[in-house]
Amino acid sequence: MRFSTQVLLGLAALVCTVVIVLSFERPPVRSTQIGFRGVGMQDLNNPRTLAVRVAANRLPEVPEAADTDGPKASELYENVQVLGELSAAQFGRIMQAMTEWIAPAQGCTYCHNPENMASDEVYTKVVSRRMLQMTRRINTDWTAHVGQVGVTCYTCHRGQPVPSEVWATAVLPHSGLQAQRGQNHPAPAANDSSLPGDPFTPFLLQANEIRVISNSSLPGRNPANTMQAEWTYSLMMTMSEGLGVNCTHCHNSRSFANWETSPPARLTAWHGIRMVRDLNTAYITPLQPLWAANPRGPADGPHGARLGPGGDALKINCATCHQGANRPFYGAPMLEGYPELRLISAGPARAASAE
Amino acid sequence: MPEYQNLFTRVQVRGPTPYPGVPLPRGDVPREGGSRLVRLFGYFGDAQVGPIYLGQLGILSIFFGFIAFEIIGLNMLASVNWNIGQFIRQLFWLALEPPPAQYGLRMPPLREGGWWLVAGFFLTLSILLWWARTYRRARQLGMGTHVAWAFMAAIWLYLVLGFIRPILMGSWSEAVPFGIFPHLDWTAAFSIRYGNLFYNPFHALSIVFLYGSTLLFAMHGATILALGRYGGEREIELVLDRGTAAERGGLFWRWCMGFNASFESIHRWAWWFAVLCPITGGIGILLTGTVVDNWYLWAVDRHFAPSYPALWAPVADPSLLQGAPR
Repeated sequence: MRFSTQVLLGLAALVCTVVIVLSFERPPVRSTQIGFRGVGMQDLNNPRTLAVRVAANRLPEVPEAADTDGPKASELYENVQVLGELSAAQFGRIMQAMTEWIAPAQGCTYCHNPENMASDEVYTKVVSRRMLQMTRRINTDWTAHVGQVGVTCYTCHRGQPVPSEVWATAVLPHSGLQAQRGQNHPAPAANDSSLPGDPFTPFLLQANEIRVISNSSLPGRNPANTMQAEWTYSLMMTMSEGLGVNCTHCHNSRSFANWETSPPARLTAWHGIRMVRDLNTAYITPLQPLWAANPRGPADGPHGARLGPGGDALKINCATCHQGANRPFYGAPMLEGYPELRLISAGPARAASAE
Repeated sequence: MPEYQNLFTRVQVRGPTPYPGVPLPRGDVPREGGSRLVRLFGYFGDAQVGPIYLGQLGILSIFFGFIAFEIIGLNMLASVNWNIGQFIRQLFWLALEPPPAQYGLRMPPLREGGWWLVAGFFLTLSILLWWARTYRRARQLGMGTHVAWAFMAAIWLYLVLGFIRPILMGSWSEAVPFGIFPHLDWTAAFSIRYGNLFYNPFHALSIVFLYGSTLLFAMHGATILALGRYGGEREIELVLDRGTAAERGGLFWRWCMGFNASFESIHRWAWWFAVLCPITGGIGILLTGTVVDNWYLWAVDRHFAPSYPALWAPVADPSLLQGAPR
C-alpha cells in the first residue's frame, strides 16, 4: 500500500473516531424495568451522570424551628403585606433563609434599603413579595403536581438571584429570502436537535393544543399535521432533558396518546404543564415592567440580564425547578422544614408607596 | 512475485490504452472526459475511470438537479443570514421547509415555502430524466431494464412522500422538508402524529424487505466470496454450466437450512427484496392520514396490537375531568 493511501486511511479513521466520541454518551447506560416484560418500558440512567446530578440536587440544612408565640410580624413591623401572620421569630427565620436561598452574596440589601427595611424602593423587594405569593399558589393550589413535598424559593433559585434555568421568547427576523419557522437550527431546548427551538412560548405561556395524535383510527377529525407534531415533540424533548428521564417515564412504549396504559408520572407532568403556564401568566409576566425598569438588575448588582432579547420577562419551564432530576432534589421534602411558607397571605399587595 | 487473486486483487491488469467502449449509434452525443487508470480505484473496483456518457438526458438531468441543489443551498444560506461560517457549522440542521398548512395546495409566497415547491419541481424533473437515462443506456447496451425499474421503485417512494400524498391530503405542508436532520425529525414526528407507524403493516413489510435485503446480500456475498477458490465469482457462466463452485454453494445452504436458491434465482430474490422495500413503504405512507389516522388504534380495532397486564392503576385522561384546567 502506498504512503498516500495509508495517510488517507489514517485520516478517515481519525475522523470516524472524533465523530463517534463527540456523538455518543460514554457508557454505561443502565436500564430499570418499570413495566410489563418485553414492552420496552424502562428508565434509562447513566450512573456517572446521575451521580453528578444527585450531588447537585442537595437541600441546604434546615435551620432550627422558630418560636411561633408572641406578637405577629404585621404588628411589629411596618409594611408587612404577605408574611404578616408569622411570629417575629418565624419572620426573622424566613428572611434569613430567603437571603441564603436567593442572595447569599448580597445579603439583606439585595432587596432592602438598610436605612429603612420597610421601604419598597428596591424593586427586588416587590418582586419577592409576588414570588412568595407564587410559592403559596404552588403549594396550595397545585398539589396535583407538587404533592405534599411542596416548593420553597430554593427549589428554583439555588443560591442565585435569577434561577439558572429560565427562558425567554425567541426573536425571529421578519425579513429575508426564507421566512423563519423557529426551527431547523441547533435547538438547545430540544437536545440540540433541529426541532423548534422555542417550545415554551406556545405551550408554557400560551395555551396552544399540545395533543396532535388522533383519538380514532379514521381520518378527517384531527386537523393537526406533522409540522405541529414537531412542536409537541420539541416540548417533550425539553421536558425529558429538564427531568433527566426518557419517554417511557411518562408514556407507554406503544402509544404516546393512550392514557390508560401510561405510567402515573404522566398525570403529574400534565398538571405540571398547566402549573407552569399559570405561574408564567399570572405571576412572572405581570412583573415585567419592574424588570424593564431595571433590565440589568439592582443598582448594586449582581448585574445580569433580567429580560429576554424581545424585552419579555425570564420565565419558568420544567428545568427551572427540576434541574435534571425527575423530582426536584430527588423528592426530598422541601417545604416540611419551613412552616412559615404555609402562612403567606394571598391578598393583593398594596402599592409600593408605603414608606 | 505478485499473485493474481480473483476477488480482491493486488494485481491491476493494464492494457496499452483504456477500453473506450462499444461504438455509439448515430445521433448520440460522444462520450466525455476521456479515460484513465487510477490505482486507488483499482483496489475497490475497475481501475479505469471514464469515459462517461452524459448525452442530452444526462446533461438536462444534471442541470435541473443543480438548480434544485442551488435553490435548497441558497435558502439554507439565507436562513443563517448569508453567514458562510454559520452555514458550515449548522449545515446538518438547516432546511428548506414546505409551505405551512394554511396555503393548502396553492402556490405560497416564495419565502414561505414557494422555494420548496420550485426546488421540488426541479429535483423531480432531474430524477425522472436520470431515470430515462438509465433506461436508455440499458437499452443501448442491449441489456434488460432491471436497473431502471429498481430505480423507479425508489422514485415511487419519493413521489409518494413529496407529491402524491400531499395532493391526496390537500396540503403541501404534509410533505418532507429538504434538510439532513430536519427530514429525520420529520420522520419521527410523522410517526408520532399518526399514532406509531410501527403498527402500520406496510411499514412492517418495508422493514422486512429492508433487513431481508441486507441479509440476502450478506448471504450471497459471503457465498460467492467463499466459493472464489473454485471460480465461484463467474456466476453467469455457472448459471449455464454448473461447476463445482455452484454445486458446493448450493450444497452448503441445503445442509444449513434445507433449501438453496440457485445461482440465477438468488439475483431475483435480491432484486425483489430490494424493490419491494420502497414499494411497500410507499404504500404504507400513502395510507397514512388518508385512510388511517392512528395506526395504534387501527391495530387495536383489528385485534392485532396485543394488550398487556397493567402494573399500575389505570390513569384517566385529566382533560376529561370536570373543572380540569385547560
